[in-house]
This record gives sequence, structure tokens and C-alpha cells, in this order.
Amino acid sequence: MIEAFVSQIRTIWRILLHSFTKAETVQYPEQKPYLAPRYRGRIVLTRDPDGDERCVACNLCAVACPPDCIALQQGTREDGRWYPEFFRINFSRCIMCGMCEEACPTNAIQLTPDFEMCEYDRQNMVYEKEHLLINGTGKYHDYNFYRVSGLKIDGKDKGEAQNEAEPIDVKSLLP
Amino acid sequence: MSEANLPFIGAILLTVVGGAAVLTWFERRLLGIWQDRYGPNRLGPFGILQVAADMLKLLTKHDWIPPFADRFVFVIAPTAIVISMLMAFAVVPFGPDHYLIDMNVGLLFFLAMSSLAVYSVMLGGLASNNKYALLGGLRAAAQMVSYEVFMGLSLMGVVMLSGSFSLVDIVEAQQDGWYFIPQFLGLYVFIIAGIAESHRLPFDLPEAEHELTAGFHTEYGGMKFTMFMLGEYCGLILLSCMITTLFFGGWLGPFFPPLVWFALKTFGFVCFFILLRAAIPRPRYDQLMALGWTVMLPITLINLVATGAIALWMNQA
Repeated sequence: MIEAFVSQIRTIWRILLHSFTKAETVQYPEQKPYLAPRYRGRIVLTRDPDGDERCVACNLCAVACPPDCIALQQGTREDGRWYPEFFRINFSRCIMCGMCEEACPTNAIQLTPDFEMCEYDRQNMVYEKEHLLINGTGKYHDYNFYRVSGLKIDGKDKGEAQNEAEPIDVKSLLP
Repeated sequence: MSEANLPFIGAILLTVVGGAAVLTWFERRLLGIWQDRYGPNRLGPFGILQVAADMLKLLTKHDWIPPFADRFVFVIAPTAIVISMLMAFAVVPFGPDHYLIDMNVGLLFFLAMSSLAVYSVMLGGLASNNKYALLGGLRAAAQMVSYEVFMGLSLMGVVMLSGSFSLVDIVEAQQDGWYFIPQFLGLYVFIIAGIAESHRLPFDLPEAEHELTAGFHTEYGGMKFTMFMLGEYCGLILLSCMITTLFFGGWLGPFFPPLVWFALKTFGFVCFFILLRAAIPRPRYDQLMALGWTVMLPITLINLVATGAIALWMNQA
């Protein structure tokens, strides 16, 4: 009983001391909060250091996406590279969970610290590839999928990728 | 000397109702500070025009009466709390010359008026014809009736010491010592009973949002909801005024004029009640009742008997 009373008084005192602490919130439109570089906001599609788009249209992001807001169509260019014919993210459904970024094998899809995407028309929340694609490498500056993968494209044959051994002729017994 | 004239009545009404309106904003700002945020600070200096914005919103809202409600009682109920709370201000002595009536039963008048407020809450809950509202009304009735018992009793120590029911006499009797020292138990009980009586947090069980959506005013909106809120904030101001008058020497104090002292003390207690709201969680309903009957009532009785005995002994010596 006494203990409970003392506890209440202590609570009141501790709350009163909060008169002298700084507010945790910020005055938002004038004063922006600090957002970490890895903050999960608006999604972008990045390019590799050579300026080609990184996305190889593998569909893993669309599979990983919990609210199914990513849609894309795979196409093949003449040089053998895969690319998305269209790439569409419906941001009115997106929950900014970052699963697509986790799933992406080529670091193409990345989340940025931008969350100010208000629109008066809901249709405008649907971003097409031209809106998503940026002219930069995002968080990973040196990575280029086609330089490290064994896939054969124009100008890079089998065995010519970084750290890749020459292909073995499995039909010959000679060393 | 009493100044029972119309301008003075108008001044009191304006101060109390205006104070209650400003209090809605002030409370939110203060709660914000104590919860490490800002509160409404956008409109006007420090956000004070928020009051005007809220008022405009509430006044222009659709004044809807549910078709299943008891129309007459539904409309009457919110006015009862405002009327009874404002009536009680008639006996509050703001200064040595600033009071409407110096009734010789002023204290009883205050108790009676604050008890009448229960009708508002109960009838509002009953007339809404809604389960949550009814439960809120029931809780309000039970809570207010049981806390009334020792709210009145806790003040009897003050009456014994001053020998009068008149609030002016009670203040005059505190010239050589405010009553919060000899009557600390009475003050403690009166504060708790007063919060329960004005059903503010932490004793806002009649309108507990988590359990009863909004309790007795679930079906109320617009102007009628405003009336309930106005009554509640008037009740808060009244309670602070009464604590000032009964335990902290009313207008008495050095250097400043009496009215300033009264306003300062009252303001302090209003802040204290907002602090209570910020700090203490709401008890369960049975805990509230148990606290009332098993702790508060015995404390009050002990205080009453002890004060009586000491008063008798002092008179003999």
C-alpha cells in the first residue's frame, strides 16, 4: 500500500522532470529528420558502372514482394543480355519492406531514403521503368553482374569473366 | 461586500468558459512537453489559435441525434453538467471583495452542484440507447456516488478548523496557516475524490476509450459533445479553485493583489491535474471501487475523528 503510493509519487516526479528534456519529434516540413543511407524509402533501379541497367528481369523481386506490387516482363537484347521490357512498381501498395532489395541477385533494385511521394491522383503512384531507373550505381559502386557472371554475351565469351577459369573440355581426356 | 451585479457575473462566465476553451489547447501542449513532443504549435503564437480552429470545427459539425435515442433527454443531458458547474462558481471567493454570494452554506452548495453533474453523465449514457454509452453512464453513476461520500467528509476537517461552511470565512480563517498542513489527509482524499468526481484521467472510467469507445458520450458529436467537454474542463477549473480556497488560503499571499494570488494558485493546480493525467495510468474499475471504499473512506474517517479530537483538546487548553 505504502509502496504503491510511493511508486505513484515517483512516477509523477519522473514525468515532471520531462519538462526539461528535449522533444524527440522534429518540426517536420521545416526540419527534416536524419535518415540513414540504408533507410527503406522510394525504390529505384540502378545502373552498373558502365551505364547499362543492372536489372536482368529474373523476377525474384516480384516473387519476394509481399503485397505483389512489382510487375515486369523479361526481354533479351541482341548482345545476349536480359533486361526488363517494362518494370512497374505500384507504390500505393508498396510497404517499403526491402524484400525486393534482399532478393535482387544483381543489386539492381535498391531502396532510398526518400519517402515524400504524395500524389493527389492515385494513378500517379504507379511508377514505370522510366521513373524508377536512375543514372547511377546506388549503394554498390563497383558491381557489374555481367563482369562476374559466366554468362556469354557479345564481347565476353565463356571463361572471360573476373575470377573465372577457362572452360574445361569435358569430351577430351587430355590434360 | 458582495458584487452581485451583471457585469461581474458576465466576467466570471467569460473567464471560466474562455479558460476552459484555452485549457483544451494548454492541456495538449503540456501533455506534449511531458511526453517529449511538441503538441499543437502551428496556428498562431505557440499554437493558441488552435482553440479557435477546434471551436469552429465543433460548431460547424452536423448536429446529429441518433434515431434510436431518447430525443428530449439526449439534448438536455449535456447542458446539465455545464449549468451545474457554472452555478458552483457563484460561491467561489476569487478575492476579498470578488465573489457573487457569500452563502453560509457555500461549501454544501459546491458539493451539491458538483453532485448534480452526475445526472448529466448518467442521463446522457441512458438516453443514447447504446450499450457502450449505458455502461459508461452506469460506471459514472457508481463512481461518482461512491466518491461523493468521502469527498464531502474529507472537507469536514476544514469546516471543523474554521468553524464555518462559508467559503469566505474559511479563507479568512487561514490567515495564520493554510489548511494543507493540518489537513494533509483531507487534501489527499479531496484531490483524489475530486478527480473521480470530474471523471478526468486517471479516473476517466466512464469514458475509457480502450474499453467503451467513448463511454457515455459515444453518440454525441458537434455542439453537444462540446458541452460535455466544456463541463469537464469547467469542473477541472472549479476543482482547482476549491483546493485553492479550502486548503491553500484562497486569495491570501504577500506582495501580489489577492486576485493574482488566487489565479496563480488555481493555475498551479490545473497544471498539477494535467501532470496527473500525463503520469498515472487508469486503474481497473474494481480497483477504483476497492480503493474508494477500503482505503479512502477509512482515511477520511480517521482524519475526521483525529481533527475533531484535536480541535476539542485545543479548545479546552
